[in-house]
Amino acid sequence: MTTRDIVFAAVGAITALSALLSVTTKHVVHSALWLLVSLGTLAGCYLVLGQELVGLVQLLVYVGAIVVLVLFALMLTRAPIGPHAEIDTPAWQRVVGAVLGAATTVLLAALLLPLFSGVTVDLDGGAPGGTPAIAQAVFGTWVWPFELLSVLLLVALIGAFAVSRLVLRREDESSAARSEVRP
Amino acid sequence: MIHLQLPAVLAALLAGIGVYGVLARRNAVLILIGVELILNAANLLLVTAGSRPGVPFAAGPVLTLFVITIAAAEITVALAVVLVLFRTTGAIDLTAVPDLTDEPEPAPAPGLEPAPHPAPELDLRGEVRS
Repeated sequence: MTTRDIVFAAVGAITALSALLSVTTKHVVHSALWLLVSLGTLAGCYLVLGQELVGLVQLLVYVGAIVVLVLFALMLTRAPIGPHAEIDTPAWQRVVGAVLGAATTVLLAALLLPLFSGVTVDLDGGAPGGTPAIAQAVFGTWVWPFELLSVLLLVALIGAFAVSRLVLRREDESSAARSEVRP
Repeated sequence: MIHLQLPAVLAALLAGIGVYGVLARRNAVLILIGVELILNAANLLLVTAGSRPGVPFAAGPVLTLFVITIAAAEITVALAVVLVLFRTTGAIDLTAVPDLTDEPEPAPAPGLEPAPHPAPELDLRGEVRS
């Protein structure tokens, strides 16, 4: 056990525990807040693994944008404040879910542990894929996928807008038809 | 110096917790939280595999950045769909079976009138239209 191992174990324990709380808590809003803790500490895990850039992007995009978006969606869908039993599926379904989740964990661990057993990386002299290497790779080898991703973001933005506008227009038409019929 | 088994174990744990979260929730937004956890497990695995020596093109961290971007796009569209579902049916309980007929009925027959849900519709409409 080296120092990085111990730090990673501590941060990773917080990550796993808060992820578990975020899927089991009965408070709807607490679920999003535990997700925030989990994603934030996962950024810490990336830092311990020597990937500062990925950790910072994780903080910016996940903690800064996605969790805030989830909180906004919860507020716009009138999430109940306080414990709420109706957010979970029935007990037998939760048992099946727990069994399947545990099976996923066991399967992945059984696959990955032999793969990574005994592999150690010396990160103290800088990670092999440090930030300069990432920059050169993104704007060299990966430049076309990178450009494609910006198009994807634009399409997602337009798509989200179009979805909400389409339904609004359809509601307008149906309400107009209804008001014509009614008098 | 770090052993790469610990990140692999954490990725497996996060994936299992995410699967449980997808299966054990009824609220659509909370199911999305489970999906996010699974995506993060994949990201952690990419970073772990990318920190092995001899990986070409810095593939691990670069692909992690790509997955983070795709996750942002995905959750934008997903939350828009969830909000539309809430506006049309008044609830985002995915175990209930909402009426998702596509065509607006031309003349509302007395039996086919959709269930009234006045408050959320008025609320969101006023906000979007103004």
